Amino acid sequence: MASKPHRAMRGPPASTINLSLNNPSVRAVLYQILVVGAVGFVVWYLVSNTMTNLETRKIATGFGFLDREAGLPIGESLIEYTPADTYAKALFVGLLNTLRVAILGIVLATILGTIIGVARLSRNWLLAQTARIYVEVMRNVPLLLQLLFWWTLFRDMFPGPRDALSPLAGVFLSNRGVKIPLLMWQPEYAYVLATILAGIVASYLLHRWAKRRQEATGQQFPVVRTALGLVVGLPLLVFLVLGAPLALERPELRGFNFVGGATLTPEFAALLIGLVTYTAAFIAEIVRSGILAVSHGQTEAALALGLKRGQVLRLVVLPQALRVIVPPTTSQYLNITKNSSLAVAIGYPDIVSVANTTLNQTGQAIEGIAIIMAVYLTISLSISLFMNWYNKHIALVER
Amino acid sequence: MSDTQSHYTSPTFAAAAPEKLPGRTFRDIPPVRWARENLFNTWYNTALTLVIAYFIARFAIGLISWGLVNAVWDVPGTDTRACREIVGIGACWALIGEKFRFIMFGTYPYEEHWRPTVVIFLFLALYGVSAMRRFWNRNLVWIWLAGLTVIGVLMWGGVLGLQFVEQERWGGLPITLILATFGIALAFPLSILLALGRRSDMPAVKVICVTYIELIRGVPLISLLFMASVMFPLFLPEGLTIDKLLRAQVAIILFAAAYLAEVIRGGLQAIPKGQYEAADSLGLSYWQKTGFIVLPQALRLVIPPLVNTFIGLFKDTSLVLIIGIFDLLNSAKTAVNEPAWRGFGLEAYIFVAVIYFVFCFAMSKYSQDLEAELSMHRNR
Amino acid sequence: MMSAEAAARVATGPIIEMRNVNKWYGDFHVLRDVNFTVAQKQKVVVCGPSGSGKSTMIRCINRLEEHQQGEIIVDGVELTNDLKNIEAIRREVGMVFQQFNLFPHLTVLENLTLAPIWVLKQPKKQAEETAMYYLERVQIPEQAHKYPGQLSGGQQQRVAIARSLCMKPKIMLFDEPTSALDPEMIKEVLDVMIELAREGMTMIVVTHEMGFARTVADTVVFMDRGEIVEAAPPHEFFANPRTDRAKLFLSQILGH
Repeated sequence: MASKPHRAMRGPPASTINLSLNNPSVRAVLYQILVVGAVGFVVWYLVSNTMTNLETRKIATGFGFLDREAGLPIGESLIEYTPADTYAKALFVGLLNTLRVAILGIVLATILGTIIGVARLSRNWLLAQTARIYVEVMRNVPLLLQLLFWWTLFRDMFPGPRDALSPLAGVFLSNRGVKIPLLMWQPEYAYVLATILAGIVASYLLHRWAKRRQEATGQQFPVVRTALGLVVGLPLLVFLVLGAPLALERPELRGFNFVGGATLTPEFAALLIGLVTYTAAFIAEIVRSGILAVSHGQTEAALALGLKRGQVLRLVVLPQALRVIVPPTTSQYLNITKNSSLAVAIGYPDIVSVANTTLNQTGQAIEGIAIIMAVYLTISLSISLFMNWYNKHIALVER
Repeated sequence: MSDTQSHYTSPTFAAAAPEKLPGRTFRDIPPVRWARENLFNTWYNTALTLVIAYFIARFAIGLISWGLVNAVWDVPGTDTRACREIVGIGACWALIGEKFRFIMFGTYPYEEHWRPTVVIFLFLALYGVSAMRRFWNRNLVWIWLAGLTVIGVLMWGGVLGLQFVEQERWGGLPITLILATFGIALAFPLSILLALGRRSDMPAVKVICVTYIELIRGVPLISLLFMASVMFPLFLPEGLTIDKLLRAQVAIILFAAAYLAEVIRGGLQAIPKGQYEAADSLGLSYWQKTGFIVLPQALRLVIPPLVNTFIGLFKDTSLVLIIGIFDLLNSAKTAVNEPAWRGFGLEAYIFVAVIYFVFCFAMSKYSQDLEAELSMHRNR
Repeated sequence: MMSAEAAARVATGPIIEMRNVNKWYGDFHVLRDVNFTVAQKQKVVVCGPSGSGKSTMIRCINRLEEHQQGEIIVDGVELTNDLKNIEAIRREVGMVFQQFNLFPHLTVLENLTLAPIWVLKQPKKQAEETAMYYLERVQIPEQAHKYPGQLSGGQQQRVAIARSLCMKPKIMLFDEPTSALDPEMIKEVLDVMIELAREGMTMIVVTHEMGFARTVADTVVFMDRGEIVEAAPPHEFFANPRTDRAKLFLSQILGH
């Protein structure tokens, strides 16, 4: 079976073709042919069944329906939309709604999660325990259940618009959602905005100047405080000098509902609160373990060198903790985006909800699901590409 | 880096380092001193403690007055006027009393409710046995096969003089347990193959596994469940249909396999190269090497993240509500659809939240204890 | 507790004084009435069995650990809760750890210049020149732009010593600097320390390297169960340990 040994040869023996089943590379090729064949067969079988079924049931195929009138009302939309618009536009509205709740959710969950994560490490026993209980409760109850809970709370427990709760002046909580006053544009705001922009540019230049000066002379400059003054303080001053013009469009009760102000529908509010409070628990655990992952020796070494507490945090602990925190946090961001699809259960018109209605109306299930999957795969893929880039960028160099 | 192990593991510090000492709890020192050290040691900690204590007290008082003091525990029949009067002031626990069986068992025939009850306890017994390390051997497989057979017989009936109950009438907790248990049990072997495939040297196998895993992990579970409910029927040859529960079960298995595969891959990556080389030098074949040397070590390494994934999947089974399957969450939601009980959703949701919490918390506690135990053995 | 002979060999007054220092972890008494003086340019080796409080004692000197009773005076400044005092003392006192504790996210050079730039407010260029000077002293200038993870243990510990020296400290504390090293790397680290001692640095070294103690130390301090049991010049301590505890310890550590 095996090739004969070439005893007298110098140098490596010429590779002989060996088609025996005991040759590992022959086996590898054979295995792969088998696996590809099996997977290919299953796919072909399912596709051919589907084709037959589509034909016998007279189901239309293709994406032609996208140009047709949708005739589907959508409760909230970021852009102008009427039921007379096309399916394509309806789906786009759904996509925008998904991105809206996902982006807001990511920002709020990061803030809340970081606070709770740090609270869990607090030396104050009561604070640490409260944070721990929060995390345990949130993580161990299904998100969908929590969403239904918040939604029910809004719908059943909050009074009608006539007896709306008003925790703050101008803010109304009712079973129609949350009503908040809307800030109305004043011409003076242009100056304030310009000052903010100028402040940001000035802070950036200041940062560069301070860094260069420190490198050259060793003198330090309180950049953060000054920048805060430039970006927040100065515009505030401009605002006050211009006479503090403030006009709020307050929500008002007219008849059975509110007019004016901005609205968070019960669906949106429930989805956002649910996603944020749930995901914050996971982010809190990531932040906590990231900070714990920086060994105590690092802090001690930095302190022993005479660095101040704040400097130790900024120069030594955070740069290391972030390497541990960022990758899993990104996957939590991805989770928020995917979990926002649970909107369909409480009637918030996200992409899944709109696509689901579309596929029910048109009967074109395959296309509807393909659209949902394409949207999420695009988001997931972009986030993983970013992650790979980031991981390469920050990986610690080791032997 | 070489100093990821903090210096507290060094022998000289071991006895002296504060972190090595057991945490200070009420038991070690007098409560007054404990409170002074942990709650009131600085002015700002004192302020923080007082603020939190105030909010906790307010929350607790509100919860107790709503959930206990002002709650209605019983109403005559479906006459819920007593409940309606206290909406927002007190809870209507009468709902749970009235709808307990519906939430737990769905529309399963009333006089046969002892069967799903036994099924729930059988599941609990199986979980309990599996959690005990002395049962971690081949017999466990037989115990499970026997247990699941009995569960199947009890649920369906039609033999041994048991009345036949069609699957459409099942509901409540048994559905959740079935979906979770079969989801994990059947996804597990598939996920091992996927994880091995992803680390394989064979490009075609690797590409297929990577594509599958990333595709599934890139889309929400709900899209797979939609696929199961509206697309699976198209996949099958004419005349063949499978019921909705089974279709959802298949979607959950496919979903779980991708996530479990990534966890297992983490374990495979953590096995040192020397283990592979040692196995090769003993002349073991690929499957022998994998089965006897690599997998046992890899799985042991990833028990904690595996259990976390299990918890996630257990919670995710609730998504079948969206495609209209009567799991625990859906029966709670449906229970308050009846006009008499409409508006008492919170009570129903809190009730099932407690059930979910007990299951998930038990799992996570178990995984933490196991992790502590395993890492202790490893350090020795 | 200093012997008369040791006091005679050093030129000037005390730079570290510990008086009746006591410390507890919960109910565990780690330091019991420690009295201890170190004169300028004195070299002290602290030894003793595991858990005897050696490390805790030297970590109290730069306040990585807080003592609960007694007083510690370093270079004329008493260690209290005053942050300014603590920072001032930490600038004067360098410390080398068993696990090196280099910052893995910074290059060797950045590790060395971090504190001079942020604490001493030196210009970057000056800090880098100082850093290169000390890297040459510890004989690894060619590693300046590598990351700690790319160095051997011995190299890392030499970088850690250079990092402390960049702050131009008056006192150097060494907390078991060779315990985490492979045997072949111990010598390169000890050589740097011997060199430093020759130049007149005030040093307190917790170590089990008795050879180092013999050649370098002015005083050997033996601790057990949180107490200083003996303090004597090395030849006296090794030839005639006065207590049974010291005898037992020496027989264990020199026996194998």
